[in-house]
Amino acid sequence: MATTAVTAEQHAATAQHHHEPGFIRTYVFSTDHKMIAKQFLLASLFFLLVGGLLAAGIRWQLGFPGQPMPLIGGLFSDTTAPGGIILPEFYNALVTMHGTFMIFFAIMPLLVGVWGNYLIPLQIGAPDMAFPRLNMASFWISVPAGVIMLAGFFVQGGHAGAGWTAYAPLSSEPEYSGVYMGQILWLISLTILGFSSLAGAVNYITTVINMRAPGMTWFRLPLPVWALFVTSWLVLLAIPILTGGLIMLLFDQTIGTGFFSAATDGEPLLWQHVFWYFGHPEVYILILPAMGLVSEVIANRSRKPIFGYHAMVLAIIAIAFLGWVVWGHHMFQSGMNPLLGTTFMITTIIIAVPSAIKVFNWLGTLWRGDLHFDVPMLNALSFVSMFVIGGLSGIFMASAPVDIFIHDTYYIVAHIHYVLFGGSLFGIFAAITYWFPKMFGRIFSPVLGKVHFWLTFVSYNLVFFPMHTIGLRGHMRRIYDPNQYEFLQPLQPINTFITIAAFVLIATQLIFAFAFFWSMYKGEKAPRNPWKANTLEWTAAPTPPPHLNFPGGAPVVYRGPYEYSWPGSTDDFLPQDLPPDRVSRTPIPSEPSPMSTGD
Amino acid sequence: MTTDASTLRSMMIPDPAYEPGMKVYTMKLGMWVFLLSEVMFFTSLIGSYVILRFAHPDHFAAPGVVLNVPLTAFNTFFLICSSVTMVKAFAAIQQGDDTGLKLWLLATILIGSLFVGIQAVEYYILYHEGFVPAAADYHAAGRQGMEGGPIVGGPLYGATFYTMTGFHGAHVTIGVICLTFVLIRALRGAYTQNDHRGVELIGLYWHFVDLVWIILFTIVYLI
Repeated sequence: MATTAVTAEQHAATAQHHHEPGFIRTYVFSTDHKMIAKQFLLASLFFLLVGGLLAAGIRWQLGFPGQPMPLIGGLFSDTTAPGGIILPEFYNALVTMHGTFMIFFAIMPLLVGVWGNYLIPLQIGAPDMAFPRLNMASFWISVPAGVIMLAGFFVQGGHAGAGWTAYAPLSSEPEYSGVYMGQILWLISLTILGFSSLAGAVNYITTVINMRAPGMTWFRLPLPVWALFVTSWLVLLAIPILTGGLIMLLFDQTIGTGFFSAATDGEPLLWQHVFWYFGHPEVYILILPAMGLVSEVIANRSRKPIFGYHAMVLAIIAIAFLGWVVWGHHMFQSGMNPLLGTTFMITTIIIAVPSAIKVFNWLGTLWRGDLHFDVPMLNALSFVSMFVIGGLSGIFMASAPVDIFIHDTYYIVAHIHYVLFGGSLFGIFAAITYWFPKMFGRIFSPVLGKVHFWLTFVSYNLVFFPMHTIGLRGHMRRIYDPNQYEFLQPLQPINTFITIAAFVLIATQLIFAFAFFWSMYKGEKAPRNPWKANTLEWTAAPTPPPHLNFPGGAPVVYRGPYEYSWPGSTDDFLPQDLPPDRVSRTPIPSEPSPMSTGD
Repeated sequence: MTTDASTLRSMMIPDPAYEPGMKVYTMKLGMWVFLLSEVMFFTSLIGSYVILRFAHPDHFAAPGVVLNVPLTAFNTFFLICSSVTMVKAFAAIQQGDDTGLKLWLLATILIGSLFVGIQAVEYYILYHEGFVPAAADYHAAGRQGMEGGPIVGGPLYGATFYTMTGFHGAHVTIGVICLTFVLIRALRGAYTQNDHRGVELIGLYWHFVDLVWIILFTIVYLI
């Protein structure tokens, strides 16, 4: 096509102008947001694997307590798992580091680092981030953080064992947990990682505000951009709170200040307040981007405008605001004033409203849509359904009287995994398979993708649903050997069942890893716009997008991102950058259905 | 009916005339956004201080008993002066006065360094008076007290004092380093009347650090 030739020429011209960067500048110290997104993707998928393996250790101990681990049992040192039998101290480290790696090094970068980097410039029509070098720094700061976190496994005393929440004084006084170096490395690593998140957040916010293409009004932004933009504000404002807390805890450990130590009149409860004041916005950092990504997939794969675009945006903003006034619901059992607990209970339950708005809008989008059940759509639908289950159990926990009964049990574990795995991770799978053709120029294998999805979906539910049951029957959340209590002994068969299902779940992820790399090299070549999508990354940029994204200059935007099956057009989609005079039209029907988007 | 028609029309009207973005250049916007995160960082430290102080008033001495208020008042005055010189530097380059820019930048750097120097001396003296951050070693006798006299305040006083003022001092130090970098660029003629963004950016940071100090001086030394 003539236009393609022109853009290719223009691209060649720009490339000569910009001096084609060498290998190091292209693949290692790249300032290109797309390469940085891929770096984040590979790094965080690696940490997802690490977190999964740690979970396997936890599940082995709970499913087969006191038995030596098969196959790999001989690899462990005498201080962790002599002969393959996991020691209590090592179990603590496994639980702590599973949470830490999954939250800070897997899910958070998978959502914010990968999709913030990849989608924001492409979907708003910008050539790159506002600060490309800061963006590069954002990735390379996170690398030493990851290395330090991994190094903790190899120091004397083992890795941090105070849980991913690092409650003081367990975390602040080594004599309680027997861990000194591990906890310090944990604190240093997360402090460094905070700078990485901060650099990313400053970049995303500035880019979205200032670098949108002409015509890209706020309410023409695709929902992933909205979600990532709001999330970036949460990162920007919440991470420094954690950094402050981490530094105080680090000082307690190293120079002996007594911020969180009751022995010197410090306040152990202060740590919980500081941590959860960061921690609850963090929860929404971990789910909001997935909501945005899933909205895109569902609208596209239903070939319908997203139902209630403005309501979706306002719900994201409402959740982000409410996220700041609910942190106390993590602390109902901490001895907090019951009146304050009631306040936190009410604010927490209010969050169900914007969350429900989002769920009903997804259902409204699906309703009577032309549904395409391919891999991204399956994962996106799984996101919605699992998020509903996790959200409902969340309302139980938000009620202080119920929480008094179920706090610190496996019910909590079930809830967090329904929202974080069933929610966020399925959202991530949907996003990876949906944007895979854009990233790598090839389609993510539909067969392997579906095999992976169904096995994951089934085994995932077999792992986490029974946890509700054992939680209600009193199974503690972080216990090395539940069989020490007589009333928990009857639950052992369920625990064994969960463990077997968990191993299936983890093994299934190897299918994903294989499918990922197989599709990258051997997958079917992707056409330019395989999903017939409207957003700029498909319609205005070649696949894969070159350096500076849009060879013809910034695209001009004429309409909102979800104009599917528009009654005035012969095609079932209207690209955001298609000039109105080039829309092939059928006669406008006398009673057109109202559109939800477009200003 | 009218809503439908207007919705349709609005969809068909091209809107390339809409120029997105705030009317402020990207670097400046980025600096504002970054400073918001700095606000939250100091909020976490100051908030913790407020909570600890309300919970344990006995750990904190009356103003001027342990801390040397007159010395720090002078230091605060110097830091405010450095904000004035920073403004003068920015005003100079806005007029295209290259020499003025360099001189006022140099003045800002010198006063900023003086602030950090006086803070270091203050730390040194306080530390040797037994006002230390480590809880186990805290034995501040107070300004009027004799060595070995009754211990004034408690360990939370030392811990919060050094953490808050220390992180502020670190910010001033980073500011001085960045100012030096800006000065070197200014000496090479990097800034003109039309484009002096670097000066404005470091100015924003510098005023922020100054503002934080005014809050810290008030709540740590005066109240």
